[in-house]
Amino acid sequence: MGELRGFLRYDRRAAAERPPAERIHDFQEFLVMRPDEELREQGARCMDCGVPFCHGGCPLGNLIPDWNHLVYRDLWQMAIGSLHETNNFPEFTGRLCPAPCEAACVLEIREGESVTIKQIEQAIIDRAYDEGWVVPQPPALETGRRVAIVGSGPAGLAAAQQLRRAGHAVVVFERDEAPGGLIRFGVPDFKIEKQLVERRVDQLLAEGVELRLGVDVGKDVDPAELLDEFDALVLAIGSRVPRDLEVPGRELDGIHFAMDYLYERNRAVAAELGPRPQLDPPPAAGISAAGRKVVVIGGGDTGADCIGNALREGAEWITQLEIVPEPSEHRPDELTPWPHWPLKLRISYAMKEARETRHGELDFSVVTTRFGGNGAVRTMHIAQAAPDPPFAPLPGTERELEADLVLLAMGFVHPERQIAASLGLELDPRGNVAAPAYATSREGVFVCGDARRGQSLIVWAINEGRECAQAVERHLAALVS
Amino acid sequence: MTKTTQQPGAVGLYDPRYEHDACGIGVVARLSNEPDHDVVALALEALEHLEHRGAAGADKKTGDGAGILVQIPDAFLRAVVDFELPARGSYGVGMCFMPDEADERAQLAALIERTVLAEGQEVLGWREVPVDDTNIGVTARASRPTIHQVFIGAGPAHRADADAFERKLYVIRRVVESAAGPGLYIASLSSRTLVYKGMLISHQLKGFYRDLADKRFASAMALVHSRFSTNTFPSWELAHPYRMIAHNGEINTLRGNVNWMRARESTLRSELFGEDLPKVLPVVRPGGSDSANFDNVLELLTLAGRSLPHALMMMIPEAYMNRDGELPPELGGFYAYHSCLIEPWDGPAAVAFTDGRVIGATLDRNGLRPGRFVVRKDGLVVLGSEAGILPVPPEEVEQLGRLAPGKLFLIDLEQGRIVPDPEVKRTVATQKPYGRWYDENTIRFEDLPHRKARALREPLRSLQLAFGYSREDIAKVLPSMIIEGEEPVGSMGNDTTLAVLSDGAPALFGYFKQLFAQVTNPPIDPIRESIVMSIAAGLGAEHNLLEETPEHAHQMTLEHPILRNHELETLRNVSDDVFSAHTIDITWPAAEGPDGMEAALARCCREARAAIDAGSNILILSDRATSPDRVPIPCLLAVAGVHHHLVRDGTRLRAGLVLESGEPREIHHFATLIGYGASVINPYIMFETVCELIEEGWLRGPDDEVLDCMRGQELVRKSIGKSLLKTISKMGISTVQSYCGAQIFEAVGLNRSVIDRYFTGTASRIGGVGLDVLATEALARHARGYPSPQLRPSRLPAGGRYAWRRDGERHMWNPDTIGLLQHAVRYDSAASYAEFATTANEDATRRAALRGLLDFRPIGDPIPLEQVEGWQAIVKRFSTGAMSLGSLSREVHETLAVAMNELGGRSNTGEGGEDPERFRDNRRSAIKQVASGRFGVTIEYLVNADELQIKMAQGAKPGEGGQLPGTKVDEYIGMIRHSTPGVGLISPPPHHDIYSIEDLKQLIYDLRCANPRARISVKLVSEVGVGTVAAGVAKANSDHVLISGHDGGTGASPLSSIFSSGLPWEIGLAETQQTLLLNDLRSRIYVQTDGQLKTGRDVVIAAILGADEMGFGTAPLIATGCIMMRACHLNTCPVGIATQDPVLRKRFAGTPEHVINFFHFVAEEVRGILASLGLRTMDELIGRTDLLEPARAIDHWKASGIDLTPLLTMPELPAGTPLRRVCAQEPVLDDALDWTLIDEAREVIEKGGHIQLTSPVRNVNRCVGGLLSSEIARRYGSDGLDEDSIEVNFLGSAGQSFGGWLAKGVTFTLAGEANDYTGKGLSGGTLVVRPPADAAYVAEENVIIGNTVLYGATDGYAFFRGIAGERFAVRNSGARAVVEGVGDHGCEYMTGGRVVVLGPTGRNFAAGMSGGVAYVLDEIGDFASRRLNGAIVSIEEIDCEGEAELRELIEQHCLRTGSSVARRVLDDWDAMLPRFAKVMPNDYRRVLNERAAAAGMLVEAS
Repeated sequence: MGELRGFLRYDRRAAAERPPAERIHDFQEFLVMRPDEELREQGARCMDCGVPFCHGGCPLGNLIPDWNHLVYRDLWQMAIGSLHETNNFPEFTGRLCPAPCEAACVLEIREGESVTIKQIEQAIIDRAYDEGWVVPQPPALETGRRVAIVGSGPAGLAAAQQLRRAGHAVVVFERDEAPGGLIRFGVPDFKIEKQLVERRVDQLLAEGVELRLGVDVGKDVDPAELLDEFDALVLAIGSRVPRDLEVPGRELDGIHFAMDYLYERNRAVAAELGPRPQLDPPPAAGISAAGRKVVVIGGGDTGADCIGNALREGAEWITQLEIVPEPSEHRPDELTPWPHWPLKLRISYAMKEARETRHGELDFSVVTTRFGGNGAVRTMHIAQAAPDPPFAPLPGTERELEADLVLLAMGFVHPERQIAASLGLELDPRGNVAAPAYATSREGVFVCGDARRGQSLIVWAINEGRECAQAVERHLAALVS
Repeated sequence: MTKTTQQPGAVGLYDPRYEHDACGIGVVARLSNEPDHDVVALALEALEHLEHRGAAGADKKTGDGAGILVQIPDAFLRAVVDFELPARGSYGVGMCFMPDEADERAQLAALIERTVLAEGQEVLGWREVPVDDTNIGVTARASRPTIHQVFIGAGPAHRADADAFERKLYVIRRVVESAAGPGLYIASLSSRTLVYKGMLISHQLKGFYRDLADKRFASAMALVHSRFSTNTFPSWELAHPYRMIAHNGEINTLRGNVNWMRARESTLRSELFGEDLPKVLPVVRPGGSDSANFDNVLELLTLAGRSLPHALMMMIPEAYMNRDGELPPELGGFYAYHSCLIEPWDGPAAVAFTDGRVIGATLDRNGLRPGRFVVRKDGLVVLGSEAGILPVPPEEVEQLGRLAPGKLFLIDLEQGRIVPDPEVKRTVATQKPYGRWYDENTIRFEDLPHRKARALREPLRSLQLAFGYSREDIAKVLPSMIIEGEEPVGSMGNDTTLAVLSDGAPALFGYFKQLFAQVTNPPIDPIRESIVMSIAAGLGAEHNLLEETPEHAHQMTLEHPILRNHELETLRNVSDDVFSAHTIDITWPAAEGPDGMEAALARCCREARAAIDAGSNILILSDRATSPDRVPIPCLLAVAGVHHHLVRDGTRLRAGLVLESGEPREIHHFATLIGYGASVINPYIMFETVCELIEEGWLRGPDDEVLDCMRGQELVRKSIGKSLLKTISKMGISTVQSYCGAQIFEAVGLNRSVIDRYFTGTASRIGGVGLDVLATEALARHARGYPSPQLRPSRLPAGGRYAWRRDGERHMWNPDTIGLLQHAVRYDSAASYAEFATTANEDATRRAALRGLLDFRPIGDPIPLEQVEGWQAIVKRFSTGAMSLGSLSREVHETLAVAMNELGGRSNTGEGGEDPERFRDNRRSAIKQVASGRFGVTIEYLVNADELQIKMAQGAKPGEGGQLPGTKVDEYIGMIRHSTPGVGLISPPPHHDIYSIEDLKQLIYDLRCANPRARISVKLVSEVGVGTVAAGVAKANSDHVLISGHDGGTGASPLSSIFSSGLPWEIGLAETQQTLLLNDLRSRIYVQTDGQLKTGRDVVIAAILGADEMGFGTAPLIATGCIMMRACHLNTCPVGIATQDPVLRKRFAGTPEHVINFFHFVAEEVRGILASLGLRTMDELIGRTDLLEPARAIDHWKASGIDLTPLLTMPELPAGTPLRRVCAQEPVLDDALDWTLIDEAREVIEKGGHIQLTSPVRNVNRCVGGLLSSEIARRYGSDGLDEDSIEVNFLGSAGQSFGGWLAKGVTFTLAGEANDYTGKGLSGGTLVVRPPADAAYVAEENVIIGNTVLYGATDGYAFFRGIAGERFAVRNSGARAVVEGVGDHGCEYMTGGRVVVLGPTGRNFAAGMSGGVAYVLDEIGDFASRRLNGAIVSIEEIDCEGEAELRELIEQHCLRTGSSVARRVLDDWDAMLPRFAKVMPNDYRRVLNERAAAAGMLVEAS
């Protein structure tokens, strides 16, 4: 639907960004929604395709053409109904998803013209909260079944909400001092303000989900005991074992995993700006970029978030290193034609901030050969990488780089192993918990999110949580009372 | 009749039930009623002149049937029998077709004699009818019965009463027929008439029956018939005439009529028949054709005391509603009263009838069959399907006329005169005070007191879910019905899964596909020809058909078959001494699980019967009781189940069936419910939903009107009515009342026990699910609404039928398949294609289409790939689909053409014509389509084709015409289509020159004339019986037949057409192959199939099921960049394919290479499969059904009941029978009159100059001028020759399509008369028809040309000195014509040219006329008020320019024809000019004004 010929009448107008020079001085979200009238025009651009590739490209199967049209028609309350139907937490995805939907949008056949789906999504849920349309939906009846969920990241919370709404008693175990997982402790406030996580969790609590914070299952509680107490156990523990960089000098001080830095920054911001966690956070390790020469190894979102934080801390200079060659500026059709996710150059919001404020740069095809320093890291030795895996250093290209804080943002390899081991769960070849249909090798134990599929996007996590909930439902339904 | 039952029973997919026939009819009568052998001889001569309307089979000498009905030739019979005959009228003669075998014959004779005695009459003796079978066909001879006449004398009680005796003879025949079985057929048994007929060609009849040549064989009247059957095993008994009629046409509502007759039998009582009545039941003899069934009922009605005209007026009523002031009131009353007794037998029908005392003919309300008559001054009357079947010297002509829609032509032999239609009808209509009875006894529902609607007892959301609502219903279907006033329009094809393979618990409606009219009957245009349509409904009990009392009119009439919720309460609470309603709950306890449904159905049936016994005459089946604990029975199952139960029970007509259900919400739902017996439907959840949407603020009305609930409901109901008419018109049916119970559906995927019990008589050919699965699906839907006690019902499911959704119905074209295919063709990636093919074959097709349920079954060893014929050979069998220029952009259209020419395959113009610039380069389309709109179909277009394809139907919207929105008609498209840019174009649902199979034969002949080098193709759509139609097509001399699947694409079509009509090609193709083989016709015709073909596997399966060639529509489009936007109808295609928007067209990125790559990949996949099957060529593959088997591992839970073996059945055939096309059709042009003309004019044709020729012409000379024009166009294109280069003066009665395609430079002047289709496709020539100089009749009062004159004319002049038939200048887009009177529907769909009518016009003038101008001389002054269809045209003042043009045309007319009318007008010009009405299309006026304004601005600017 949308407006007939709307896509010819209106141009794409993505969400605006606050000026980097301004935004690096605070922790508020850097994206600015366009006014409703403009969003309606963006909705009008949707063509209600016979084959909505956006909807196909969305891991959640969001009903994008439906709510685009509703926004165009100014029917926001119906739009949130439609959006919530497939997505428990659109305020997360609307802010944090890289939007494969937009890459698959039929208008994106002409690169750069896709409907601003993500912006519309965010606007719908933000408005819904503003209008008070997001209310708890507790179940009408209790089934008497009990489900334990380990991990309160988006996968765990989505599973919890779905199962609770179906009338089951749901207890979520979280080892950190506040719920949300990486959304809370990995993603910076300037991408998503934590109040949003808090208010969503409040909704779950109001629906009757029980949250046990500071309980580290596997350490504080034997997972097998949970199986006695609950009718089903869902592991949503993420994929938290980071990929390491095994080169000489790795043991030097000042070389950290990105997530350790991000956790620390998020705790610091929470302490300063709130919301305050219910439990006390653990003591800080003191990783700081202030005044430092920072090197971020890894060109993904985690790396970008490190840069964004480092800038706001007042780093002197930030270098981001990416091992793969610089991709082309435009969609390489022979490799990743529309509607596939295009492997093309994307300059992150953080690198934009760094460049505009002359505080950093990005380098491609760089491989690290060793770190130098005495006790603490002072230099990095890098070389140009071969264009293909395993990206070996090209002889004669070595050079040195000053660095007094190195953040390793090279992704994650698999989930932590303790729980799986103690329950005797089978793993898949990549080291994730094996569960083709969410049920693990052990009766009554389920797994979802990054712990099952490996590190991925938030949308996938939510989708996994929802689908896992269905698998749990089937399991519960089959139980003899 | 053991020997004569050559017709096979149902084998494989062939079923003789779906045979069709059509034909030519003729009547010769002497008003004096003096028996005379001349009358017989003339009738036989007329019959020979109708031979081209009949057909012969594979055996050229075996005809489909010919026959003659005469008065008892008393003198002759007396002379030839060796026993005494009593006085004329006191004996009857039975014409008995009997077995050869003497013993059997003796037994049958004994049976007859016993019966005669038992009935109190006497057997006078027997006579063997002498026959000479030396000159008849082998097949006919082999099946020839021995023919005996039995003579029966009136018994003492019957001697004095001729009518009683005649009735007794009927009783005897019925008793004997029932007892004898198929061994005996009695062609006639009457004291008044005698039928001689057989499986003969017209000219064989006289030689075969030696009696007919005997000079003593005399009759004052004769009725003859030449039959064209779609099969080649016509039996002797199916030849016409029957006992009372000969019929040309088809009864579309037959299944319903037969069911209703059966249901009526229990109420039949007749004083005249008395105790005899039960003996004649069943009235309708099983196994008969539609004509035979009609004859059966007509016979009963007349013998039970009604006059023949009376009975005919009951069975074929003319359109009488909304004609106040036009029809005499008593006639309106007659029709209204009789509508309470019997539903119309609806269909294109020309029925010639006689009882020996009166003889005549009538046309149905649409007038879709031709009928012309001539009255000689000496009192001889000749009537026939064509003018000129008997030559009558001009000076002896008293009157020339034609049959008109709904009119009776009646000769009363006893009175010795022709009784005019109004007089006959007045006599019948005033026999009893029908109108008063009707008015006094019939209750108008609208007059009943109003009630309040019941409130829902359950949450609306739960009920919506339980009844299977989806978001599409709410977001797409209902809003469109309210805003647009009709169901949504969509585009592209149906690539979703069949209901029987769907996991989404589809509604039962989805298992049913609408059938539609193709070839053997025409669909109707319900909008442009709304004057014949009606949606009114009736309720109540029917009474004895054979009586007439005021009580018969105790019926309730409703203006609309859909009732709103409060109205249903009115009906539920109706109570007076006549009406009483009873509500039956059609839900069952969820706790009983699936098994509970069958028990509940049985309960409903019992309750229905009990309620009827208790005096209820309105039964309301209701699922209002739906709740968490009670599950609704699929309402269609409940309706059909109760309906058939009561039919079987004989009580059906004692009550009307009403449905109160939450389930129905789409047009297809309403259509199936009515088709299976519901008279009235209250879709209460649909109405509640409409209110919900309005209250939510979601829904506004047309033009953003703010709606209230009532208004919204009203709008939705109105749109259902409109769409219902569209649906019934696809089958050629005009009234919802006769659609009711007509069961015009085929089921796909229901098993035999479901069909036999609940949908009795419906075709369901591949088995499928049973009641258990239907119950399980009902429970699944119910569970959506009531998922569990703790869960709130969720939002509605996506649906995903109309646009792909991840959690909706499966689509074969989805992001995966589209993405992979585009990648494969753009980067020439075999790997991507392989992935595409695997995804499409194994994932998409396996779970969506029937071919997915078939596996290859290699018999021989595989062979190396190198030994298989090259891909280049295989792609020559491929063509792209008929996608019009206009629907597609120019760039795409040319890309496809270039690619196919490169490959040696064929592209298809589609129905929008082609740019003449492309005719001679690599952008030409080898296949040029000829569709009903005839856009751009000029002689030049035709002559530049390799193949001419007649599109009878289109998979996406069979039975419908097309529509190109004005936004897509730019300058270029307007130029190609000969229309005005900016003005929308309509193609009519039927070809107005094909209402019947013999018409198709004529068009094929016409096209052969236009281009003798092209092969002729006929495009059909799969439905039950398509095989028999294809056999008819083969017999009609086509070279090629295309069987399209239901899933083909479209640029614009209502969604219910895309998704709910037509059948998968797998079934239609297999049926076609089997039927052609059974008929020995396969070897002479190419068979092609199309419909969502996308891979090599699809191609191989198509070949195995019988296709020589394959067509692809969507897949090549996707190769060029189509992403199934489904916005073709909106002109907004974002990839520049289905749009004319210049901005969007620039976005088109496809190339011929993409298309070539696609076909290359497909062909390579085919080669791989061929190698694995051990075959070297495609030829070896065609028809080899032994190479396929039903898939062993069908893992779908619903698929286990599907039986695809009927698709794989191989008829028993002689060894070596070719399974594919191996030889050409018989040449038919050898005896064309044109060859002489071409010879004589050769020099002018080749070098120019001028020549004048003269030639006699007869009705057997058809399409005169076609070949001549072809020769000219081949050389000079549309430029033709200089004006009047070749002038030909003809004398006589010209055959059909006289002056067809006539090219520029040729002038035909005919002194005499011409038949239907005169000037068809006129391409620049000049055509003049005027009476011969010595004619004594008044030209302007007589009919000189037939129906459908100047159909699709694009250029040229035509002058007709006399009156034309129906649909004059239909689809004219350029010709300028003058005529002195026209029948109904003049200038229909006209888009260009000028028409001047200097005399009376029929009704519905200018319907759908969007271009050109008509000038009508309106001397009576009722043109604008009564005759004009003012929907899209207006009457304008004639300005100076118009006056000049009008005057010039009339002057020309005067000059060319010597018309006294023209003279009179010209002589008194100033007085006459104001009497002309100038008919101007509104759109055309708008565009002209816009242009003038634009030109004005230019002037100002300069």
